[in-house]
Amino acid sequence: MRGDRELTVAVVYPSLLGTYGDAGNALVLQRRLQWRGLRARLVAVEVGEPVPEHCDVYVLGGAEDGAGRTAADMLAGDRGLRRAVAAGRPVLAVCAGLQILGHEVRTHTGQDHAGLGLLDLTTAPRAARAIGEVTGRPVGGWSADLLSGFENHRGSSVLGSAARPLATVLSGVGNGAGEPVEGAVQGSIVATYLHGPVLARNPALADWLLESAVGEALEPLEVESVTRLRAERLGAVRAHGRVRGRTTTR
Amino acid sequence: MGLRARAAVAAGNLTAAVSRASGMGAGSIIGGRVSLALDPHLLTRLTAGRGVVVVTGTNGKTTTAALIAAALGTAGRVASNTGGSNMLDGLVAALTRDRQAPHAVLEVDELHVPQVLDSVDPAVLVLLNLTRDQLDRVGEVAHLITTLRTALVRRPGCLVVANPDDPAVVAAVPDGARVVWVATGSSWEHDTVVCPRCAQVLTRSDGDWWCGCGLRRPVPDWRFDESGFTGPGGAHGPLVVALPGLFNRANATVALAVADAFGVSLGRSTTAVAAVVQVSGRYRQVRHRGHDVRLLLVKNPAGATEMLGVLAGGTSELVLVVNGREADGRDLSWVWDVPFEQLAGRRVTVAGERASDVAVRLGHAGVPHRVVHDPWAALAGLTEPTVDVLANYTAFRDLVRGLDRAR
Repeated sequence: MRGDRELTVAVVYPSLLGTYGDAGNALVLQRRLQWRGLRARLVAVEVGEPVPEHCDVYVLGGAEDGAGRTAADMLAGDRGLRRAVAAGRPVLAVCAGLQILGHEVRTHTGQDHAGLGLLDLTTAPRAARAIGEVTGRPVGGWSADLLSGFENHRGSSVLGSAARPLATVLSGVGNGAGEPVEGAVQGSIVATYLHGPVLARNPALADWLLESAVGEALEPLEVESVTRLRAERLGAVRAHGRVRGRTTTR
Repeated sequence: MGLRARAAVAAGNLTAAVSRASGMGAGSIIGGRVSLALDPHLLTRLTAGRGVVVVTGTNGKTTTAALIAAALGTAGRVASNTGGSNMLDGLVAALTRDRQAPHAVLEVDELHVPQVLDSVDPAVLVLLNLTRDQLDRVGEVAHLITTLRTALVRRPGCLVVANPDDPAVVAAVPDGARVVWVATGSSWEHDTVVCPRCAQVLTRSDGDWWCGCGLRRPVPDWRFDESGFTGPGGAHGPLVVALPGLFNRANATVALAVADAFGVSLGRSTTAVAAVVQVSGRYRQVRHRGHDVRLLLVKNPAGATEMLGVLAGGTSELVLVVNGREADGRDLSWVWDVPFEQLAGRRVTVAGERASDVAVRLGHAGVPHRVVHDPWAALAGLTEPTVDVLANYTAFRDLVRGLDRAR
């Protein structure tokens, strides 16, 4: 590939959008490049700094309502992320990150807050917090392996026609509106409610983002501890018998 | 106490004794539950006429309550739930165990404080810190702030001893409350980047912080540094703390402030605080199969980060034991918020039911490690003479029990 170009993984507002381990997603992207012998650097974009538009992949994490609202306002006044998305640069958005990239977020105090409108979805509060293991079957052929993660959110997100789900839900809540689906994919944006962080449990999702960033197929990479963790978590969900439909796929 | 309360206490004590004798547990939770079922107003009755201190916060509750109990103990008997049973049944059990003690120091789970404040009229509420912990059980910090503040408004006579360095704590203290501010510092600011009241980004400078909406760091009445503590009116003295870590020096300063509010002399309370060497197993050193093993409890990213600070510079072998049961929180995403990269170069074993989650985290941190799911097997494979075991809630509890049995 591209000689020895250094790839950059931008973490957007880690102190605002970083509830519960989401910064780990950026670390997973960096390590999976490095473990393949590629150079990769994390770029933490702090509050008050402009979002650079030429990074190779962007990561947005979760937040409580207040911090999420402030992050949305700041991103609305910054062109960097919009330009990166327009240029087709891959973005991973988790939880509040998913919500604020949508059109609108209604908080549980009943206020509406504008999102960036980069994802065709709107979010309203759920009556009860959705908490627990999630298993999903990927939609759109990005992987043959099941999506696995932990959700912990009070949002209910309805997808519009321009966005498609990341997965259909086999166990857990996911987006929590209408059909049991999880996450959203639109253009180069991949959004999900799964924490964990999601990329540590789903190397196929990490590599999908990275191949989009690099622009070519990456060599396969098996990390034994990750394979074992996936097997354990998927096994634990099956053992509780909470899975909808068949889960014969790995 | 009336007949009903006495019967409730007797039934609870009997249940606890049966539970202990049958080896089912320490008995305090089940005994308290039985008593409360028989008399729902028991907490009010059991605390009437006593000087009660309620201690809450995300981290440091148990240790701070133990330090306060030690300091107050110089002025008379103290009833306390230092075993860590910090929900209603545990409080009842502690209060029934010593009904004559003039003081009670009660560690209370932060979610249960509003309920406790409605039944108990404490002389002092200690509010240490409010950070993310078991997000699946406790929920968001913002919600916690609102419920604590509302509950405190209903207790205007209660003295609040609180930490001005945590904006979430400051936002939880109602205007007009009687407050003693004890600066305990904080190395964890991830949950208060934005103002807990208005969500604007906070300005921070040199330990101070403020927001455009008017919320700002109150001037502390008490603080500490290497040379010792400083209290109101310039009172100053040495601060000797046997427990490790800067956060325990902070907890000790809180204990001095609370004891001072009860009129205990600083000379007495500093001596009492210095004598505390372990708190229900935490920081305890045990000899196990030829190794010196120290037991450390870590439950959330703020606490774990502080604990890694305690370990920094040492060479001890480490065993991390992590479970994911309800009492631990089933969401273990927080292990990604802990700077485990600092452990590079140490000999590390991960154990517990969720060892694989920690192993993946350590793998990404570049920290070589062994995975041994069974904690006792992990302890059997130690090589270094000194070992630190970091365990989360149920893992820690099981280790303490197991080590007690082995003695």
